[in-house]
Amino acid sequence: MAQIGQFALALAFVVTVYSIAASLIGIRVKHDKLIASGRNAAVGTFACLTTAFLCLVYLFVVSDFSINYVAGHSNRDLPLYFKISAIWGGQEGSLLLWGWFLTGYAALVMIQNWRKHTAMMPYVTAVLMGSSLFFTSMHLFIANPFNQIVSIGPGGARVPFVPADGQGLNPLLQYILNAIHPPVMYLGLVGFAVPFAFAMAAMLSRQLGDTWIRTTRRWTMVAWFFLGTAILLGGKWAYVELGWGGFWGWDPVENASLMPWLIGTAFLHSVMVQEKKGMLKVWNMVLIILAYTMCLFGTFLTRSGVVSSVHAFAQSSIGGYFAAFIVISLSGALYLLLDRLPLLKSENQMESIVSRESSFMFNNLILLASCFAVFWGVMFPVFSEWIKGVKITVGPPFFNRVNVPIAIFLMFLTGVGPLLAWRKASTNSLKRNFLWPAAIALAAGIGLFFRGIGRPILKAPEELGQSLFQKLLGYSFTSSFYAWLAIIMSVFVAVTIAREFYKGARARSHGTGENFIEAVGNLTLQNTRRYGGYIVHFGFVLLFIGWAGQAFTTDVSTEAGIGDRISIRQYTLRVDKLGVEDTPNYQSMKATVSLFEDGVKVATMGPERRRYKAGEQQTTTEVSIWSTLKEDVYVVFSGATADGKRANIQVYYNPLVMWVWLGGIVLGLGTLIALLPNKKSSPRKRPQAADRTEEQKDVAEKVS
Amino acid sequence: MKRKQLKFVVGSSVIILTLAFLAFSGYQESKAYYLTVPELYAMKDASAEKQLKVAGDVVPGSIDRTESKVIKFLISQEDGKTHKVETLHVKYVGKDAPPDTFIDRAQAVVTGKLGDDGVFVAHEMTAKCASKYEKEAAAGVKRPTE
Repeated sequence: MAQIGQFALALAFVVTVYSIAASLIGIRVKHDKLIASGRNAAVGTFACLTTAFLCLVYLFVVSDFSINYVAGHSNRDLPLYFKISAIWGGQEGSLLLWGWFLTGYAALVMIQNWRKHTAMMPYVTAVLMGSSLFFTSMHLFIANPFNQIVSIGPGGARVPFVPADGQGLNPLLQYILNAIHPPVMYLGLVGFAVPFAFAMAAMLSRQLGDTWIRTTRRWTMVAWFFLGTAILLGGKWAYVELGWGGFWGWDPVENASLMPWLIGTAFLHSVMVQEKKGMLKVWNMVLIILAYTMCLFGTFLTRSGVVSSVHAFAQSSIGGYFAAFIVISLSGALYLLLDRLPLLKSENQMESIVSRESSFMFNNLILLASCFAVFWGVMFPVFSEWIKGVKITVGPPFFNRVNVPIAIFLMFLTGVGPLLAWRKASTNSLKRNFLWPAAIALAAGIGLFFRGIGRPILKAPEELGQSLFQKLLGYSFTSSFYAWLAIIMSVFVAVTIAREFYKGARARSHGTGENFIEAVGNLTLQNTRRYGGYIVHFGFVLLFIGWAGQAFTTDVSTEAGIGDRISIRQYTLRVDKLGVEDTPNYQSMKATVSLFEDGVKVATMGPERRRYKAGEQQTTTEVSIWSTLKEDVYVVFSGATADGKRANIQVYYNPLVMWVWLGGIVLGLGTLIALLPNKKSSPRKRPQAADRTEEQKDVAEKVS
Repeated sequence: MKRKQLKFVVGSSVIILTLAFLAFSGYQESKAYYLTVPELYAMKDASAEKQLKVAGDVVPGSIDRTESKVIKFLISQEDGKTHKVETLHVKYVGKDAPPDTFIDRAQAVVTGKLGDDGVFVAHEMTAKCASKYEKEAAAGVKRPTE
């Protein structure tokens, strides 16, 4: 089976080279059959890599430990689903998965646009296969998953060797969310290759209208959807598995996935300005080039060992190849952009600072600023070593200081932007759209303030330090104040969204006679992009409320014997039992803890500490979480004392965490709705222009 | 420059300057020198009172958990030039439990300050297991495993 896989990889390499050559020569000599064969070859690459991937699946399922990669990442007692997810538990397999997805996307693009965009498509093929060439050469020459284990026998002869059992999969990856997290992440990162390829093809073929944007709009959303989902899955995994009570720690690995997401978000918004107004053409090119580069850069960052991280892969030899690939892609793209600059003239100008365009512009500005700050923070040790010779790292306070205000401002724009008219919003429409949302948000803010949330706590003058700078620093806002602002903004945005649905649905049910619920449904399905977008925004509102909760976490760390009680806020925990459990895969120490809320028993919790039997016998902490809409009680059992009678227990009180996951689900649903094609309007009576109410006109104005 | 364009320039500048200020203050607050154990000793005089991150491998058998809420251990690293192995005493007093990956021979990074007694007091710690397959693959070594 390994030989078949090996052969499929080699064939994929050859076919990729052919596809690039056939497409490029085909355009040059205007030979349609050659172009078509280049396109077919691109689909053929996918078939080759599918074969290779299935071979690897087979080798993992049958636990063929003569293969080095299988022996290094799996073992016999691993459950079947983890044997399969172990395929992407290491370098070679995850790269193969990446390459396979890339060719899969390419094949879909070829099939979807079989006879469309004839001038552009050969270039699209060439660019996509150019990326694929990089990956197939990596599979074949640098990180081949099918290599056998050989030991050096007498006289230096290389003899195949089959170990009795494999080294096992890293226990931290033996968790279902983290088994699916990498493929979802790759689907996102790889996905940006498609809009990138179309952008390059548009420039190469000088077809610089918005065809490339319209064709790739859905592709960008698909990539963005997977990337966002993967980030949230990663956060959820960190929360349930790592045992430090949080879901985001500004680790380089997290940042690596956040950067392309931020750029992708900016791109999704600014393409609308190009579609509607013919503006920001160069900017959109820059964004898509950056987004794709950031996807590659993220991969480079996590695998090259350039920066140290808790969960970065160990240093490996592939960093240099990735760096070279990034430099080639980026410089090629930028050269092309400079060359085609005269063709990318803007058709309109910004007219008013209070307009849809300008809200998009500010949205882009701060999303990029955020990405830049994250980039700077991640790379600071590297830059400071180049310049000053010492590695200086920055921690979460740096990232939070910059990104929290950005996030709050973004939330503000989320509420305001979609309701502003293009060109220039009138004062009247501002009042009509924002008076009530602002009033309700303000009322909520005042209510919260009197409940003690959001009062900025300033340090005492003597703590402020000497210099003016230190004084200013002392007066910077506390997290509680930011949380308060974030909740106000969330309420504001939620009200604007609810009103949009309400107004649209009421206008529709007047016109069509549908009942209100029907009207909401049809409204959404007939304008999926707009209303799906609102649902996505609403998902962010929920996420934001969850984040705001992070300002109010507390925790207790203690040593407790059986019968001892630990209290935190309104909860009390009682340790009932300390025991040992045994499974084929691991042995576990378990604490049984009863949870009481205001004296009433609400749950029995069982935090564990597992020792995995395979490989290096790693231990992991299995936290136990009691989750409600209001708060999570998060219990960690970090080991027993030497006599086994007392347990070291940490309890975290985390308000509103569930809102983060709920927000994530709404976000995903909204994106899926936005991806649907618009349903054709029903043949029932449509409202006549003459009987339109003021609100309907308002809606119409925004749609157009 | 036209008046309405001026508005955009001013608006953008205000945003960027604010963010730059916030970034700088965040940097001041959280910057830490990242050093290996030998590098720490090389700059010992300059390092007092500064927030440091020190990287080294956990010395096997050195982890001492007898005191509650404090973990004492040693980390060591070989000097790249002199090949002398330097060792640092660490006292971890952080509120979070140490990560699961904190075991003998793990690559640990401790954040804190170096005390006058030469013991490094850490309030934060990360650890990573030395993943042997990846290292071997990088070195091109293929060895049978036991």
